[in-house]
Amino acid sequence: MTNRESLKAGFFQECEDLLETMSDSLARVELDAADHDAVNALFRAVHSIKGGAGAFGLDALVTFSHAFENLLDDIREDRVAARGEVMQLLYRAGDRMHDLVESEQNEQDPTQWQQQDGEHAALLDAISEACARTGHDDTGSEQAAEEGFVPMPLAIEMPGLPALDAPADDDSSGGHDGDDRWRITFKPLKSLYVLGNDPLPLIRALSTLCPLDVKADLSGLPPLGEMTWDEAYLSWEITPGDDCSAEEIREIFEFVVDDCVLELDRGNAQTPDRPSEKENPSEQIQASPATEALVVQAPGDAATSRGVRGASGQQAPRQSIRVDLDRVDRLINLVGELVISEAMLSQSLSEGGKFRDPAVEGALGQLKQLASELQERIMAIRAQSVKSLFQRMSRIVREAGHATGKEVRLVTDGEATEVDKTVIERLADPLTHMLRNAIDHGIETPETRRVAGKSPQGMVRMTAGHRSGQVIMEIADDGGGIDCDAVLSRAIERGLVSPEASLTTQEIYNLLFEPGFSTAQNVSNLSGRGVGMDVVRSEIQSLGGRVSIDSTLGQGTTVTISLPLTLAVVEGMLVEVAGETLVVPSSALRETMRAEAGMIHRLGPCDLVLSMRGTLIPVFDLGASIGERKMPLDINGMPVLMVETAAGMMIALTVDRILGQREVVIKGLSENYGLVRGIAAATVLGDGRIALIVDVDQLAQNAGIALEDSAARLTA
Amino acid sequence: MTLKILAVDDSFTMRGLLEQALHEAGFDVDLAEDGQHGLERLPESDPDVVITDINMPRLDGFGFIEAVRADRKHRGLPILVLTTESAETLKDRARKAGATGWIVKPFDEEKLVAAIRRVAAREI
Repeated sequence: MTNRESLKAGFFQECEDLLETMSDSLARVELDAADHDAVNALFRAVHSIKGGAGAFGLDALVTFSHAFENLLDDIREDRVAARGEVMQLLYRAGDRMHDLVESEQNEQDPTQWQQQDGEHAALLDAISEACARTGHDDTGSEQAAEEGFVPMPLAIEMPGLPALDAPADDDSSGGHDGDDRWRITFKPLKSLYVLGNDPLPLIRALSTLCPLDVKADLSGLPPLGEMTWDEAYLSWEITPGDDCSAEEIREIFEFVVDDCVLELDRGNAQTPDRPSEKENPSEQIQASPATEALVVQAPGDAATSRGVRGASGQQAPRQSIRVDLDRVDRLINLVGELVISEAMLSQSLSEGGKFRDPAVEGALGQLKQLASELQERIMAIRAQSVKSLFQRMSRIVREAGHATGKEVRLVTDGEATEVDKTVIERLADPLTHMLRNAIDHGIETPETRRVAGKSPQGMVRMTAGHRSGQVIMEIADDGGGIDCDAVLSRAIERGLVSPEASLTTQEIYNLLFEPGFSTAQNVSNLSGRGVGMDVVRSEIQSLGGRVSIDSTLGQGTTVTISLPLTLAVVEGMLVEVAGETLVVPSSALRETMRAEAGMIHRLGPCDLVLSMRGTLIPVFDLGASIGERKMPLDINGMPVLMVETAAGMMIALTVDRILGQREVVIKGLSENYGLVRGIAAATVLGDGRIALIVDVDQLAQNAGIALEDSAARLTA
Repeated sequence: MTLKILAVDDSFTMRGLLEQALHEAGFDVDLAEDGQHGLERLPESDPDVVITDINMPRLDGFGFIEAVRADRKHRGLPILVLTTESAETLKDRARKAGATGWIVKPFDEEKLVAAIRRVAAREI
C-alpha cells in the first residue's frame, strides 16, 4: 500500500468515527434544536469529511458535504431552525453522507447512481432551498472550496495603463525591456510584524521567482534615541527581473496587503495600493496586547468545559489502528491457552501440597490475576459498543415509517453496551427485520392510534444492557400488541398446530418463530422480504443467544434477545456423567434440583417425566443422550438440570454429579470432527482433560425424535 | 537546521496528509490534535511556523491563535491558518485573531511550501 493509499484508508476509518459523531449530534439536535454544541459538533464532522474528501479528490462527497455544511452553517447562526421539515432534511442528508462515503470507499462511482437516482438531486435541491430561504450565498464559498482559493482582487487604479488583474497584458508586456519592469515599493506597517510576518522571507520568496534588485530605504529611521521598538521604519524598493508577472508578485504579498503600503508601478506611473494608509495602525495592534490574554483565555476554557459536558465525539479525536481480526482471534486463543495452563499449574501445585509455600502461592495468585485481566482486556478488543448498530437502526425506522406512512420515533438506551464485534455484525439483519416488523405489524396508523387514545406518533424503544453475564437487547413498540387468537388460527390454518391443542400465551407467541409463519394478512413490501422471524431466531441461536416475545394487546410488543458477552468464552455448569465431564451452558440452565421419588412418573417402559409445579417435564439422561450409556432406570436422588431450549421447551437432564459452575474457553470441534449432534464445542479443563460442551437445543431435538418414537410405540 | 512546523488539526487524515507533505518538503513536523493540544505542544515543539485548522473541538483555531499571540514570546511566530472556508470572511477573523497567512484546503504541496516560505524567518 502506498503512503497515500494508507492515508486514504485512514480517512475512511476516520469517516466512520465522524459519521458516528454526526448521527450522535443529529439525535441531540433533534432533542434540542438550540443545542449549539451539538450543531457545532455536527458541523465539524461534516466539515472534516469535506476536507479529507477534497484532499483525495472525492468530488461527489465534497459537493454534497459542502451543501450540507451550508445548511448547518445557517442553523449554527440561527438563520434556520432545526425543526420539523428541516430536521427531516438533516437526517436525510446524514443518511446520504453515509451512502456517499460508503460508495467512495467501495470505489463505486457515486456520480453514476446519482444520475439515475433523482432522489439525490432532489435532496441537494431541498438543502439549497432550505438555505436559500435565508438568502445564504452559496456561490462564493462553493468556488472557494472547488478552486482552492479565491484571490483577493487588488483594486489598483492605473490610468492609461493595463489593469493589474489582466494577466494577458502583463505577459505580453513582460517581454519588454527594463523600463517596463515592475517597480515595487514595499513599506511594512507595524501590524505586519504583529501578525508574524517579516519582510525578509517575503523578499526571499520573491527572489525565487526572478532575480531582484533590492534597495532598503533607511530614510525613515529616526535617531537611535527616538526609536520605538515596535514601530516600523523601513521600506524597500524592489525591482524584479523582467519575467515576473503582477499576478505572481501579488501572490507573494497575499498575506500582507492589508499591513503594508505596497506600490506597484511600471515605468513612471504611480499606482498606490488601495487600503493600507487609511487604516489606523493602532487599531491593528489591538490584536495582541497582553490585556487580551484574559479575554482570550475565557473562550478557551469555555470550549473545554463544553467539550467535557457534551456527549462523546466532542473530546480530542480518538486514534486507532486497524488490526486484522484473525490476529486478534489468534491472540484470544493463545490467552485462552494461557488461562488453561495457569489453571493446570495451580491444580497440580495444590495437589502436590506445594501451596503451603507462601512465595509460590503469592506468585501463582499474581499469575492468575494477570492472566484473567489479560483475557478480559483482549476480549475487550473484540468488543464494540452497540452504538453504531443503533445508529443504523434509526435509519431503518425512518425509512420504514416513511414507507408505511406511519409516524414512528426510535428511542434508544444503553448505546454504550459493548458486545463482541462478530455478534454486532450478525445482529444487524435480525434487528432490522424485527424493527421493520414492529413498525409494519406493531405500530398502528396515526388515525387508528388517535382513535385508541394514543399519541399519533408511535414509539419503538431499543435498549441494550448487561444482565447477569449476558447482553440483553429489547425492541419494544407501543403498537397494537399481538392478537393471540389471530396467531393461533393462522397457525392452525398453516398446519403448525392441531386445532385441539391448548397452548399457553407464551407458546402462541413462540409460533411466530416457526418457519412458514407470517401474520401479515397481506405481505407488504416492507417486512415481507422472505426473511421470517424463524430466520431471526436461528441467527440469534447460532450466536448462542435466545429470543423471546412478550406482548400486551392494545399496548405493544417487546422482543427480548439475550446474547453471550463473547463467542470465545461460555459460562457453564460442569457435570459428570458416566465418568465424563461435560459442560452445560448456563444460558440454557433454569434450575438444578435432585429428583425425588414423588416427582418421577413413568411413561411407558423406558420414558420418564418429572412433575413440577403442575407441569410434566420430559426427563433425559445426559449420558444416554450422548450415547455413553443406557437410560438409568432409577433416577431417584440423581441431580437434575432443568434446561430450557430456545423454542421455550423445558427438559430435565439427569447427571451423576454436579461439579460446579465456571467459565470455559470454547474450542471448536467442527474443524476436526465436523458437526457432532448434541455437542456444541469442547474445552480444556484445569487438569488438562477435555470436556465437551453440550448443545441443549440439539439434544432436545434428538430427544424429541426419540419421544415421538416411543409415543408411536405406545399408540401402536 | 531544518525548519520545524507544528501542524494542528483535529482530522486524523489531514494530519497524515500534512505530515507527509511537510516531510517530503524536508521539514521537521510536530502534530497536535486541536487548539488545546497545540498550546500544550507549543513550548516543547518550539516551531518555526505553525499551521492550524479552524474548526476543532475544545479550542478552535481562532482561540488557539489568540492564545499563542497573547504570549509575548510568540508575538512574531508565523501562524498559517488551514481552511476550506471562504477566504474573505475567514481572512478578517483570522487576522483579528493574529494569523499570519492562510492555506486553502485541499492544498497542494507546492502551495503549502510557498506559503511557509513567505513567512518563515529562517531560510529554507
